[in-house]
Amino acid sequence: MGRRALLATVVIAALAVTGPWLPAYPLTILTQALIWAILAMSLDVLLGYTGLSSLGHAAYFGVGAYVVAVLATEHQMGLLACLAAGVALATATAAVFGLLAIRATGTYFLMITLALGMVIWGLAYRWVSLTKGDNGIAGIPRPTLLGLELFAPVPFYYFCLACAALAWVVMGLLVISPFGLGLRGIRGSEGRMQALGYNVWLHKYIAFVLSGLFGGFSGTLWAYYNGLVSPNDLQLVTSVEALLMVALGGSGTLIGPALGAGIIVFLKNFVSVYTKRWLLILGGVYIGVILFAPAGIVGTLRRSPSPPEAERAG
Amino acid sequence: MRGSRVRGRLTDLALHLDGVSRAFGGLQAVDGVALAVHPGERRALIGPNGAGKTTLFNLISGALPPSSGRIVLFGRDVTSAPAHQRAALGLARTFQITNLFPDLTVLENCLLAVQAHSPVRFSMFRPVGGYPALLERARTALGRLELGSLGDAVVRNLSHGEQRQLEIALALAGRPRVLLLDEPTAGLSPAESRLMAGLLRRLDPAITVLMIEHDMDIALELSDMVTVLHYGRVIADGPREQVKADPQVREIYLGA
Amino acid sequence: MSAEFWIAQSFNGLSYGALLFLLASGLSLIFGVMRIVNLAHGSYFMLGGYVGLTVALRTESFALACLAGAVAIGLVGMGMERFFLRRLRGETLGQVLMTIGFALIFQDLALLIWGGDPYRVPIPDILSGTTRVGGAVFPVFRIFIVAVAVVVGLALWLAMDRTRVGAMIRAAVDDAEMAQGVGINVPRVSLAVFALGAALAALGGVIGGGFLGVYPGADFEVLPYAFVVVIVGGLGSLPGAVAGSLLVGLLDNFGKALFPELSYFTLFAPMAIILAIRPTGLFGRA
Repeated sequence: MGRRALLATVVIAALAVTGPWLPAYPLTILTQALIWAILAMSLDVLLGYTGLSSLGHAAYFGVGAYVVAVLATEHQMGLLACLAAGVALATATAAVFGLLAIRATGTYFLMITLALGMVIWGLAYRWVSLTKGDNGIAGIPRPTLLGLELFAPVPFYYFCLACAALAWVVMGLLVISPFGLGLRGIRGSEGRMQALGYNVWLHKYIAFVLSGLFGGFSGTLWAYYNGLVSPNDLQLVTSVEALLMVALGGSGTLIGPALGAGIIVFLKNFVSVYTKRWLLILGGVYIGVILFAPAGIVGTLRRSPSPPEAERAG
Repeated sequence: MRGSRVRGRLTDLALHLDGVSRAFGGLQAVDGVALAVHPGERRALIGPNGAGKTTLFNLISGALPPSSGRIVLFGRDVTSAPAHQRAALGLARTFQITNLFPDLTVLENCLLAVQAHSPVRFSMFRPVGGYPALLERARTALGRLELGSLGDAVVRNLSHGEQRQLEIALALAGRPRVLLLDEPTAGLSPAESRLMAGLLRRLDPAITVLMIEHDMDIALELSDMVTVLHYGRVIADGPREQVKADPQVREIYLGA
Repeated sequence: MSAEFWIAQSFNGLSYGALLFLLASGLSLIFGVMRIVNLAHGSYFMLGGYVGLTVALRTESFALACLAGAVAIGLVGMGMERFFLRRLRGETLGQVLMTIGFALIFQDLALLIWGGDPYRVPIPDILSGTTRVGGAVFPVFRIFIVAVAVVVGLALWLAMDRTRVGAMIRAAVDDAEMAQGVGINVPRVSLAVFALGAALAALGGVIGGGFLGVYPGADFEVLPYAFVVVIVGGLGSLPGAVAGSLLVGLLDNFGKALFPELSYFTLFAPMAIILAIRPTGLFGRA
């Protein structure tokens, strides 16, 4: 584990140092990647560690984003208040949805989370008086943190880097803690965990809520980054992209999904310059990953075959 | 026939089953089973394939709800209690088809068993390694089953025999009061079975053990009391020698 | 709220439910046999509509459009199962994720081929206009949709119940391993069911194209409805698909009429209640 922490520290330091030297456009893309890395990692806690595949993760991203959008534009509330409110409401949404979804397993869970994600999308789309519908909420100002203006690309980049690092540390501690081990056990064998004495429903529920919490956190940052929040931000494709980031990077590794987020964000922005066929490419990448690299990038790199212990006296 | 009649008060029993039945559609898998198991008892549950033994274990452990009847664990009615609550009361089980955590290491498997009854299992901000007492307990549990040197091995790379040993280590790591062993020697070679029997003989005598076992020699060797199941019904129940001599049992099972 | 309102809305809900039945029955069947949820099912609906549109415009035959849509997309479904999904036999999550990939590809291909404008599938004159039944006025096309759904539902039920193929499908739904052991060619049954499900969805798409239209995004817009239908009705159950479709169709219609701002939310409440009581749906099996 120490190796992983060291690697990530090196990566964060490298990002911190090289950031200011990048031209403005790549820097903003990198900032976007950091925000999505938080979302991907939050989904990994649910999918890679607990073994629950959700197709509605964009809901918490969206709730966090919309809360910031409304509070920042209509009520001129400050950064910390907006972040807190966004995260709180996203967490509350996950708490309610979890009560419904966690009872289900496997396929039902996938469908229920998809449907719940669409419910939030539907609200964003139709509750025009609150969310301004299809047009979305624009004009979200870059915040100030403790008197420091985060308007320019570089300070905002450092702010997002710090948030991503914080999220990574907290989620990293979570997955190596006894609770995290419990989640991995649930992914391995729910029946065994029940037999050992774990209240599996409760552990899954807590994981679901925590996952929604960090998803919401990512959404709050997105609102400030983009300046505009619209129903497109929490449509089904967004949940699908998040799932692909986890699959591409390697589920159950935390750092893998962060990497996956980076790749997808860069790919998306790069591809959109040359063609409008992003969804086609995304779909193709998806199928390719499932067929040829199901363990993702980090997962495949990690796989070190151990010789079977058959020679040992059994 | 002695044995099925309860000796002493009901609350003295480690495990008490009263008219427990379970049907699957039209099939009566378990039919009106009564069982009275005393603390510290070693009881073998035998019967032909399909007699309902594993189903009975699933009913006792809470993996399956009964269609009717009562299940009482140390005087507590657990008939409608979920599996994890029964485990918290001191019930542990192994599985006939190995049910471990294949992608985790042997030590991690054991840690899960050890932390299951501790509030530590909800701790989120300290690494597992920061709980030396837990690690110690896990290592000790592994050592008792002679798996101490395999702590860092990933379970899916273990041999079948080692996995069967780990099955038992997990059940014991939680310091159970009642242990349900479902065919502990399933799939083991004769030599491995002998080793397993040796390990089982050294189990803490305070633990109540209920064991399903196909190897008749081992089953009878390790138990004082025997219950024979046939088509979901108890057809014989009592001390080992008495059941061995029962003509009905001989005809159906031992003699066949 | 006049009686006319209630009658009109109930009928609209019924006809929408009929459309959903075409979609959901296929989804439920596919799950029953293969235990996977096909996330490209909405895509089949949309692509069916587009293919039907093209054929209807070229040949001026609505019947031909329905046939073409069903056959074309049935073939697409077969191709997906035979060449891609089958490679991951047993890995249900991988298969489900793969269907997502296809859904994305289909969405983009549709955009590429037919562009971004919404269209309406032209319907024949005998099915247009309105008619008087009792004291109320009903659109003929919607009556047609209900009729089609009833016919399809009966045909499916008869096929499942009375034919040998149906028995094979039911066996495979009940226990695929056992069915294989008894000599039923389960992979071939899976292929057939997948094709049938796709064809049904596509048929729904052509018919739906007649009054809802075909447009980009129709695939992901209709998918959650299909899901809620099978969640409420229970996966793998035909009666469940009927019950679920009716419930969802009616609730959605009344919801949209009475609480337009809440949209999908009006589906959320009944789904929540049903799941709280019966996690596998009204008629579902685990």
